[in-house]
Amino acid sequence: LDWEKIRADFPILQLKIDGKPLIYLDNAASSQMPQQVIDRLVRYQTTQHANINRAVHYLSEVATLEYHNARCKLQQFINAREDREVIFTSGTTDSINLVMHGYGRKFIKAGDEIILTTLEHHSNIVPWQMLANEKGAIIRVVPINDNGELEVDEYEKLFNERTKFVGLIHVSNALGTINPIKRMIDFAHRHSVPVLIDGAQAAPHIPIDVQALDCDFYAFSAHKLCGPTGVGILYGKATLLEAMQPFKGGGDMISSVTFEKTTYNTIPHKFEAGTPPIAAAIGFGAAIDYLMNIGIEHIAAYESGLLEYATGCLGEMPGVTIIGTAAEKTAVISFTIDGVHPHDVGTILNQDGIAVRTGHHCAQPIMQRFNVPATSRASFAFYNKKTEVDALVAGIKTVQKIFL
Amino acid sequence: MHTNSLYQEVILDHNRKPRNYGKLDHANHHAVGHNPLCGDRLDITLQLDGDQINNIAFQGESCAICKASASMMTTAVKGKSRADAETLIHEFRELATGKLDINQPHHLGRLTVFSGIRDLPTRVKCAILPWHTLHAALNSIANASTESAESAPPMADNA
Repeated sequence: LDWEKIRADFPILQLKIDGKPLIYLDNAASSQMPQQVIDRLVRYQTTQHANINRAVHYLSEVATLEYHNARCKLQQFINAREDREVIFTSGTTDSINLVMHGYGRKFIKAGDEIILTTLEHHSNIVPWQMLANEKGAIIRVVPINDNGELEVDEYEKLFNERTKFVGLIHVSNALGTINPIKRMIDFAHRHSVPVLIDGAQAAPHIPIDVQALDCDFYAFSAHKLCGPTGVGILYGKATLLEAMQPFKGGGDMISSVTFEKTTYNTIPHKFEAGTPPIAAAIGFGAAIDYLMNIGIEHIAAYESGLLEYATGCLGEMPGVTIIGTAAEKTAVISFTIDGVHPHDVGTILNQDGIAVRTGHHCAQPIMQRFNVPATSRASFAFYNKKTEVDALVAGIKTVQKIFL
Repeated sequence: MHTNSLYQEVILDHNRKPRNYGKLDHANHHAVGHNPLCGDRLDITLQLDGDQINNIAFQGESCAICKASASMMTTAVKGKSRADAETLIHEFRELATGKLDINQPHHLGRLTVFSGIRDLPTRVKCAILPWHTLHAALNSIANASTESAESAPPMADNA
């Protein structure tokens, strides 16, 4: 594969920031969009746009078909059994909230226990806290070790007859740790407990097979997969989705409405009330085509090379500490610099055109575990290159010089 | 972007050796400032004698911009009247949000080294937090937050 040629697909990477070439290392927050996806959005808006599932006119039929095709691409991407198991949402957060409302509020009761982990993003903590507060349920938390890896033995010890749900992040957004989710799903299933996987950080970097994983729910967002913002999916096993109550009420999610009684539509429509983000979903489909054309396994191998190189470079810098040193990681490096607050690091790196994330990464329990207020995080994509790692190293040296 | 002009020696110096750092034993006014977006936390104690700020100290965990702003603020308001301090608070906020014309008369003196912050909207709160917290302390409000309207006079924009 010609990675330079692939990189050239991303027009935004030609930008100059204050005269310096953009070095975009904030891919865990949001990835950039290749020209192929931009073109697809333009083609949709210029020749295919109408509302879907409604009118009999030409444009509505085209838009409905293209929206459906996008769903099928997602189905293939995660190897779901059926396309109706793929629900379009506004993103990972929306997907998790859908499960909380649709499954949690119907099936979780006072005294029931929900297992989460220290590595969860706030979006897989807060909805479950809201549910726990409403129902009188209890949240149990899986600890991590000093490398930022889940203590799976402790996870297994948390199970008892009151355990009713597991919410588990596939890859930590703050540290890059890849969790052994297959083993953890299998263990939960031995106790007949369903598992939701937050795959926001995994789907862009690891091939996902929901049938092999046997997870009950899997959620991720388009904008971390070279697609548009405002759309994501929830995969759910058809039997579970059918048993759940709707999340949002409105048009499209019904089959008949009278003031006395409403009958809900079949899945996936039951969970897609109102006009969905049609353009974004079709763009998502184009992004999936783009990524599958390169091959997620090739992306994973290339990024793993970048991670190894960057870990080597940053690891030997005096005064730099890498937070999160799990054996299995995606290309994310969270780090601190002695005596310098991460926000100052971010501002000074920005001066060299380098975009990193600084802060708590919506994962405050992890920051507390490592006893740091915040970190700087460089997160790589397949369009990054080693010379950009070198630029990051030079940028960190500049920071250290300023704060000497 | 004027990052170079922001991390000037005077700011780096106040970050390295913050003035009036610590906690006053006999403070009669006290407030804790918090920026929940970045986790910065600042503790301000002061002795107000009648209308005059006789002594002031600060401590906390924060970035260089916030710490230097707090350090320079304490030196600027020590010995000043409450009204003068409130004027500085107002002017500093206007400076940080890019609304102050520094060519017009003002009382900020060396504090104008923070003028570059207006080009970095995500960092404006770092510079303003100490001033927020001082305002809260002067008005006997125990907690100040960059995300709460109650503890501070309203800010134009959402800087």
